[in-house]
Amino acid sequence: MTLTTTHLVALLPLILVCATAIVVMLGIAWRRHHTGTTIVTAIGLNLALLSLLIVWQVTPIETPLLVIDGLSVFAMVLILVSALACTTLAHAYLEHYKGPVEEFYLLLLCSVAGAMVLASSRHLATLFFGLELLSMPLYGMLAYAFHERRSLEAGIKYLILSAAASAFLLFGMALLYAQSGRLDLPGLTAGLANNTDVWALAGAGMMLVGLGFKLSIVPFHLWAPDVYEGGPGPASIFLASASKVAAFVVLLRLVMTTPAFQGEWLNETLTVLALLTMIVGNLLALNQSDLKRLLAYSSIAHFGYLMVTLVVSDGLALETAGIYLLTYVVTVLAAFGIVTLISSPYGGTDASALHHYRGLFWRRPYLTAVLTVSMLSLAGIPSTAGFIGKFYIIALGVEAQRWWLVGGIILGSAIGLYYYLRVMVTLFLAEAGMRRRDAPHNWGIRAGGVVVLGLALLMVVLGLYPAPMVEWVKLLAATRIG
Amino acid sequence: MMLVWLILIPFIGGLLCWQFERLGDTAPRWIALGTMGLELLLTLWLWWGGDFQLPEIAGAQASQWVLEFRAPWIPRFGIDIHLALDGLSLILIALTGFLGVLAVVCSWKEIIGRVGFFHLNLLWILGGVVGVFLAIDLFLFFFFWELMLVPMYFLIALWGHSGTQGKTRIGAATKFFIYTQASGLLMLVAILGLAFAHHAATGIYSFSYDDLRNAPISDELAMWLMLGFFIAFAVKLPVVPLHGWLPDAHAQAPTAGSVDLAGILLKTAAYGMLRFTLPLFPEASQAFAPVAMTLGLVGIFYGALMACGQQDIKRLIAYTSISHMGFVLIGIYAGTQLALQGVVVLMVAHAFSAAGLFIMSGQIYERLHTRDMTQMGGLWGRLGSLPGFSLCFVAASLGMPGTANFIGEFMVLFGTFPIAPWVVAIASVGLVLAAIYSLFLMQRVYYGPAKSDEPLEGLDHREYVMLLGILALVLFFGLYPQPLLETSGAAMHEIQRLFTDPALTTTILPTGAS
Repeated sequence: MTLTTTHLVALLPLILVCATAIVVMLGIAWRRHHTGTTIVTAIGLNLALLSLLIVWQVTPIETPLLVIDGLSVFAMVLILVSALACTTLAHAYLEHYKGPVEEFYLLLLCSVAGAMVLASSRHLATLFFGLELLSMPLYGMLAYAFHERRSLEAGIKYLILSAAASAFLLFGMALLYAQSGRLDLPGLTAGLANNTDVWALAGAGMMLVGLGFKLSIVPFHLWAPDVYEGGPGPASIFLASASKVAAFVVLLRLVMTTPAFQGEWLNETLTVLALLTMIVGNLLALNQSDLKRLLAYSSIAHFGYLMVTLVVSDGLALETAGIYLLTYVVTVLAAFGIVTLISSPYGGTDASALHHYRGLFWRRPYLTAVLTVSMLSLAGIPSTAGFIGKFYIIALGVEAQRWWLVGGIILGSAIGLYYYLRVMVTLFLAEAGMRRRDAPHNWGIRAGGVVVLGLALLMVVLGLYPAPMVEWVKLLAATRIG
Repeated sequence: MMLVWLILIPFIGGLLCWQFERLGDTAPRWIALGTMGLELLLTLWLWWGGDFQLPEIAGAQASQWVLEFRAPWIPRFGIDIHLALDGLSLILIALTGFLGVLAVVCSWKEIIGRVGFFHLNLLWILGGVVGVFLAIDLFLFFFFWELMLVPMYFLIALWGHSGTQGKTRIGAATKFFIYTQASGLLMLVAILGLAFAHHAATGIYSFSYDDLRNAPISDELAMWLMLGFFIAFAVKLPVVPLHGWLPDAHAQAPTAGSVDLAGILLKTAAYGMLRFTLPLFPEASQAFAPVAMTLGLVGIFYGALMACGQQDIKRLIAYTSISHMGFVLIGIYAGTQLALQGVVVLMVAHAFSAAGLFIMSGQIYERLHTRDMTQMGGLWGRLGSLPGFSLCFVAASLGMPGTANFIGEFMVLFGTFPIAPWVVAIASVGLVLAAIYSLFLMQRVYYGPAKSDEPLEGLDHREYVMLLGILALVLFFGLYPQPLLETSGAAMHEIQRLFTDPALTTTILPTGAS
């Protein structure tokens, strides 16, 4: 198969991101300039985002290694938007950081490229390549403030556990390869069509372990709170949004296309894991007194809800996954964005303990309003985007008549409310007398502040008028290959 | 468009209150008062101009709504912004407007911190409640149903009082929120179940009341879905095993919160049963009626007995609410025209008497800084005219003839008698208990040895006018309930027709539809 111009057009976003990474690298070698690097990164990411409009003209299209269909375009949009939010917030965060700051953007860009490859892979080689390209720079980003013990610990913890997960993933791929003799997804689909062999099942199970680790599905969730808490704010944002979106999209693709993932046994395993993830994630979040840890557990729980789409995996499932991922990303970006803004500019460990936020409303009403809206959205209260996501998930469960999962969602949401409410009410309580960290006074007119305000607005708009989002996701879901 | 404005006015007013806080503490109060006054006037104007008689042609062609508004919202699932007004919703919206005004006025001196934000929350609750009373698209109904919880949570958590035995206001608020939200999700599941059953039969997604009422569902499924609705409403009403949040929330809430909670929020549950549970699932509701009536009886006795044993004056009033809502539940599931109209009167009457009692306890609290009845006693001579008003509201609460509560309870019992005579016989005993707890309240607070002889500050003009206004309405509707009966007549007739002759309206697929 030869690459034509159309293929190059389809790969344009990826090429643009990689080119930006090279430009940033050369720029750093030539002259260090923080704001300049940020602007170049932002321009590159924006160009990639715009190029998706052109890509849309040629979708769906396949290359031997990558597939550019509605699902990958959707994932790329989310990844690029998260990366943009991450870039702007990182600029405020790293402003007074002592030490080189420009490399952070380089790592970020490489990671974005990895996430985009992962989300559009149709071959086990690109799957593995994308996953590693996504993770490797993340180790560096998480340990970026390496003179903080927590940050270094986060980076190393993620590195070691990630390596173990990669080993599982590779073993799983090897087993599938041994059964089918193919590495590309259509080949796997054909090769395993009538194969009920236990080795194929083991291979699929091991790949599930590897990807489940990235998604911090219970029981592979133990790393998440420590890593989220220890890593610098912008790195945690990227880990919670783009990295999870990419891993989830590829898992969704595997489950929907590959027969090895559709067996009775694996389906029941997924159901149990989904239930466990919802309940355990929410239960563990109950007593957290650190906002970043709390958000980490909440993110675990949300991926538990999302796994309902993996279990059902037909009918409305793809649309539901799209809607839920979209609302989740917008919400989690805003929530982590606030934590990052409060901790900006960099001054040691992030201000994420809940007592830092006590009475924030009476000093910073709009900033607090954003955090309140994102908590409401995470809890799935109407008039926020999160509600639409929750509506879709419950609708999917009801339609497929998976009553256990529906019960799990209701129970999980009820438990979840408790800690979301706790965070919210803390924001409005009387101020404590202690000295606290705070966002700069002019946060609202700076880039990071504008991003966060925009996200809050988006959350409310999507919650009140979701029709355009629904139509868009439905359109993208309809142009999937496989 | 009028209906949209009825919902939007409180929301906009709330935002204005928040923004105009910078002009001082009085600006938000006047804005809030003006907003709710406008809401009330608009409703009364609708009431004046509307025709709430029975439609001439009975049947499916005649629209049961006086006013209707429809605009597409989420076309993917056939979800519309579908609002409609009939006599029942009009009465309840007028009640919301009136109690909204009361809530603003009664917190004039009680709330002194963060006034703007307080009124934002207060008005948003009322906006959400109006939305609940108007929405007849089930998705939209659920939307407002959940929406009104958030500001209520803040109202209790931020401006409430911490209780006597280490019960915190935040704990109470959280309990309230989790109870209602979790049960609300059950209702969402039921709504979705119904919508998908309709989709399976017709291939069209719809959340519209009219479409779903005709959705063909099997008896078993109907029972489960009905239970989903019933549990959500039963938590809010509250029906006894699910009432755990109510005493705490009432005791810890500020006066305005209690007034809204008892006066309107509990009514949304009764409204939900009347509007949705009965017409959507007539057979299942018929089958369930004995259970519901038993639960109502349990509520009457449980509420009354618990009220007798309370020390905290607001907890006592909260438990009397449970008792009164037992009558409402019995009336709803009796399903006769007389009982249903009695339910409407009783809801309105209870809103007035409970609001009066909560305002009274708020005023006592402002003067004595306690709600513990063991610390009161002998207040009759020390409080000016407040004890006299209290006596009237207590009399109303126990259902003395001449008050609207009497009319309501009488009609409920009278209307239920042909259906379930034994239930009526047992429920009547509850009226005796009502007299007992009312006398307890009067005795412990106003009579007995006085703690001191110093007179306390009497009622000022604001408080006096407020109490007089409520009292006048209680007596007016007690002596002349006809306006309520006329307005709600057509709506109640429709519900009664749907409930008792299900065969007329629902099409039951013979086999295989599930």
